[in-house]
Amino acid sequence: MTYQFDFAALLPYWREFAMGVWLTLQLSFVATVLGFVLGTLCAIGRSDGAPWVKALVACYVEVIRNTPLLVQIFIIYFGIATLGLHVDANVAAVLALVVNVGAYTSEIVRAGLESIHKSQLEAAECLGLSRPQTYWHVIVRPAIERVYPALTSQYVLLMLASSITSQISAEELTAVANRIQSDTFRSFETYIVVGVLYLALSFVVRIAFWLFGLVVFVRRRKLGTAL
Amino acid sequence: MSAVVSLTNVEKSFGAVKVLNGVSFEVARGEVAAVIGQSGSGKSTALRCINALETIEGGQIMVCGHAVHDPKLDKKTLRRDVGIVFQSYNLFPHLTAEQNIMLAPTCVKGIGKAAARDLAREVLARVGLEAKADHFPEQLSGGQQQRVAIARSLAMQPKLMLFDEVTSALDPQLTGEVLKVMEDLARGGMTMILVTHEMAFARKVASKVIYMHQGTVWETGPGAMLDDPKTPELRAFVGSGL
Amino acid sequence: MPTFTLIHFQFLCWAALWTVGLSAIAFVGGGLVGFGVALARISSTRWVRILATAYIQVVQGTPLLILLFLFYFGIAIVGFKEVPAIFAAGLGLTIYSSGFLAEIWRGCIESVPKTQWEAAECLSLSRWQRLTRVILPQAMRIATAPTVGFLVQIVKNTSLASVVGFVELSQAGKLVNNSIFEPFTIFMVVAAIYFVLCYPLSTWSRSLERKLNVGRR
Repeated sequence: MTYQFDFAALLPYWREFAMGVWLTLQLSFVATVLGFVLGTLCAIGRSDGAPWVKALVACYVEVIRNTPLLVQIFIIYFGIATLGLHVDANVAAVLALVVNVGAYTSEIVRAGLESIHKSQLEAAECLGLSRPQTYWHVIVRPAIERVYPALTSQYVLLMLASSITSQISAEELTAVANRIQSDTFRSFETYIVVGVLYLALSFVVRIAFWLFGLVVFVRRRKLGTAL
Repeated sequence: MSAVVSLTNVEKSFGAVKVLNGVSFEVARGEVAAVIGQSGSGKSTALRCINALETIEGGQIMVCGHAVHDPKLDKKTLRRDVGIVFQSYNLFPHLTAEQNIMLAPTCVKGIGKAAARDLAREVLARVGLEAKADHFPEQLSGGQQQRVAIARSLAMQPKLMLFDEVTSALDPQLTGEVLKVMEDLARGGMTMILVTHEMAFARKVASKVIYMHQGTVWETGPGAMLDDPKTPELRAFVGSGL
Repeated sequence: MPTFTLIHFQFLCWAALWTVGLSAIAFVGGGLVGFGVALARISSTRWVRILATAYIQVVQGTPLLILLFLFYFGIAIVGFKEVPAIFAAGLGLTIYSSGFLAEIWRGCIESVPKTQWEAAECLSLSRWQRLTRVILPQAMRIATAPTVGFLVQIVKNTSLASVVGFVELSQAGKLVNNSIFEPFTIFMVVAAIYFVLCYPLSTWSRSLERKLNVGRR
């Protein structure tokens, strides 16, 4: 093996790398927040909605979970264009990620909702709580607390999967890397650096979720239940 | 009207099984009624019907002036007047003892946080658990959890309290502390209906004992009736239970 | 202007076979490596455990896209000049699958109650015998549903092999699109084919899970 590694050639590009990391974080953050809202609403709709809502959500979840994100991205990106609208690649990227992670979130949250025992509802009902109050205080909050670890893993995966949006030239870390490697011809080094950056990002995201959980879920903090 | 609760010919089936077959009894203000009977006699179902957790098929139930049998019943107002404590406590695991108690007063009655906290402290003191306010349910023993559940109901200042086999999941040692709280409540003049297996407690505290058998009220009378059963079924039941 | 015809559809179906083939490679390869890593993860030797944990963390913490790029460019560096794309794609997907399968299987092995290990030990079985005769047969029952579930992930993720130029279903879609430019139609058909491949696996996984839960009750 005679290959000479040359990471120094990438040094002048550190600003670009940093920008890529920042863009990926932004993209993931927006997709996580919106995806969480969409997914939670779908989960509630699927476990407690009208029959047609249940069917609609079930279809959505099955279609998304059984097709690749890459193809979903293409469909959304080109689909919007087919409608005659011009949309920025970044917007299409966020949209695709939200639609994708919303389906996974809804399945995770639904499992949480189903794990809440019926007696909890009775207790809330007997205390005179209204339906929305019961839903929020007794079902949704504890359900999300229960599935929080699974949600964390899902959103780390989302952050990693956001790399795929580089395929429609959305601005994020992998797209930045693709540009740098074609400028420098140091492809292997570039992707090693980017790989390490993603690895670091996945730890950062995990830690961020852990800290967030500490703030939001007091019980876990007090009882020292692992997040 | 002195009767806080009156059941008249109440009927209820689960599928083909007739669980309540014309149940009638009354409980007056300040009275403590103990409903006893074998499992499957319909006593828990009767209690759940009083709180509209089950809908009945026939008969009438009046609770604190609410027509519970009426399909147009406003369950929310009914439940402001009626508190219930379950066998399995049913505390909310993600909330502390205090938060469990504060939830309904703040949500339902719109009481402010600070006032609700004072209220929570007060009812916790009544069940002897003011020191455990910040504990989560899983940090408490079964008996303590059940006392918190009683406090949670008390915080809504109900006119009637229902107890559904509240000590059945507890070992004898912990049973004592819960029964003590209930006895204090009874002495304070609370109208109570309890489904129980604790014969000694029924004999001592109850002003009225209702023996249910095969979905009907088989025999009813004061606590002393347990010492002198009239029907062979109650005699057999008292004999086997103790 | 040419439109989407049966010929294009046939081309996509042919490419779907490559998707299946690549999935099989990734599953078998990933399964072999992943099984080893899972065993290493529960090894009695500390540093073996640490190494296996690190491997899993790195694989699960790096996007598959980057793994594929690394293998694509890495193989060229090692000295093979003209590597077929299937080699890079197969290797990348194998490593990716192994990281996830290892973690899934470790969970299954550890979900067998500790008392089973103790009981086997008291029968004076060796550690290997305890594992192969007592623990693994029970763990395998638990592992079937999540493993089939992960197979769906593999099939979907083979779509990323298109970035290193391997012609599977997604890449075929892109190629057809280059010639007739009807992206929406084409990728809807591509998605439908993926769905046909994945949906039975998802359903199967769910029914396995249900059976297992019933059996445990």
